Amino acid sequence: MKSFGKYMILMSTLFVRREKFSVYWKLTIDECILIGTDSILIVAIVSSFIGAVTCIQTAANLVSPLVPIYVVASVVREMSILELAPTFTCVVLAGKVGSSIAGQLGTMRITEQVDALEVMGINSASYLILPKILASLITIPMLVTFAGLLAILGGYTAGILGNIISTQDFIYGVQIDFNEFNVTFALIKAFVFAFLISSISAFEGYFTKGGALEVGQSSTSAVVKSCIAVLVADLSLAQLLLN
Amino acid sequence: MIECKNINKTFNGKQILMDVSASFEQGKTNLIIGASGTGKSVLLKTLVGLVHPDSGSVLYDGRDFTLADKEEKQVIRREIGMLFQGGALFDSKTVEENVLFPLDMLSEMSKSEKEDRVQFCLQRVGLDHAAKLMPSEISGGMAKRVGIARAIVMNSKYLYCDEPNSGLDPQTSIRIDNLIQEITHEYNITTVVVTHDMNSMLEIGENIIFMFKGQKIWEGTKDNILGTDVKDLQNFIFASKLIRDMKN
Ligand SMILES: Nc1ncnc2c1ncn2[C@@H]1O[C@H](COP(=O)(O)OP(=O)(O)O)[C@@H](O)[C@H]1O
Ligand SMILES: [Mg+2]
Repeated sequence: MKSFGKYMILMSTLFVRREKFSVYWKLTIDECILIGTDSILIVAIVSSFIGAVTCIQTAANLVSPLVPIYVVASVVREMSILELAPTFTCVVLAGKVGSSIAGQLGTMRITEQVDALEVMGINSASYLILPKILASLITIPMLVTFAGLLAILGGYTAGILGNIISTQDFIYGVQIDFNEFNVTFALIKAFVFAFLISSISAFEGYFTKGGALEVGQSSTSAVVKSCIAVLVADLSLAQLLLN
Repeated sequence: MIECKNINKTFNGKQILMDVSASFEQGKTNLIIGASGTGKSVLLKTLVGLVHPDSGSVLYDGRDFTLADKEEKQVIRREIGMLFQGGALFDSKTVEENVLFPLDMLSEMSKSEKEDRVQFCLQRVGLDHAAKLMPSEISGGMAKRVGIARAIVMNSKYLYCDEPNSGLDPQTSIRIDNLIQEITHEYNITTVVVTHDMNSMLEIGENIIFMFKGQKIWEGTKDNILGTDVKDLQNFIFASKLIRDMKN
């Protein structure tokens, strides 16, 4: 509870005593590139595999001849967009992005780089954390969109290679009964998760005390806490927006 | 001149600084000495404003830093340079970018003026050849020198150094000490150095205060420190046989 208060205080100090806007612009772009290039491969691999697995498992469970085969494609689409792409991707990113943010800030704290900024009269919290949060808010929804596409593509590939479904049926299934709100919903999730991952990890890293060992602990705790936050937020958003 | 008056600071119920008053003179290397854990770093951090004292005040040439509002604080901060124990270089920036950083963030200079100033400061600490290297590629002594260059790049009036020769070999230590003293005299800076190094004390201690368990219990210069009759200071400086022999 005490650390939640400290977290809220940190978040509010991000927006006061800021430096020139141009400074943030450049830092944010740098962070975007870093997050993007760092994570795109793992996101691509994970999402195409889960798309493929969803396709195969759905087909295996739909044994009834009454259900047309194109339903497999619809299920892959729904699962990918609503849950797999945003949540799975963000859990993976909590590990990848979260640990890197916490590790970097933790190292800067224990080597007095944070103090060096403060002595210069720079608001170290906003200088270091704000670009990371902004970059996550930009990059993670992009990665989630990309993951959704790749998951569907993975499902398609598995369907064709496994002789489960024809191209025609798949395309038909992917398009039928398409609810556009699901894409909006996935993006809302992506934004919320992006904020949670980046801010929680930054919080853990920024307040690291001690030495190299504690930096490692901050990283681990950043990953665990942001994963839990993502899952809790996932559940809450589903309750809130789908009912 | 930097003054602190009746500084008290408590961490978690433990009093770390007890009624510390001291003044640090312009154009001199002022030393804060004492054993580990006696609050030297906390005192230094209080002077630069990283730690807020429970009571007492810090004055920069008569300007009260503890009571100053945001803008006044910012003005004073821009006149302060600090060399941290490990150098505290930004590890994602090159040596040159590290020195450039305060200018980029805080000054209104043109691009070429900034480049000239960075070049000048790197030359002053003898590192113009290392401008493009990353902090991970340079030695500890070089990192300290980059730290000094970064600390003086804004034409600082006040220079703080926390244990500038910790982790350095004796020869490099002496070079760093001499560099700090030269720069202090050259630019008439008010320099405050925290150290527990006997050598620095006797070399550059133009004004020395001795901290013991959170209190200032002695002040003087390198010329009268060996003749002290304060028991705790004697224990501190004559811990090594070499210094004992030197005295006799
Ligand atoms: N931020 C802090 N929170 C709690 N205790 C601190 C903090 N900073 C320093 N201390 C304590 O203050 C004492 C003096 O520390 P310090 O000034 O670093 O000693 P030194 O004289 O070796 O530089 C130590 O006992 C240290 O544990
Ligand atoms: Mg210290």
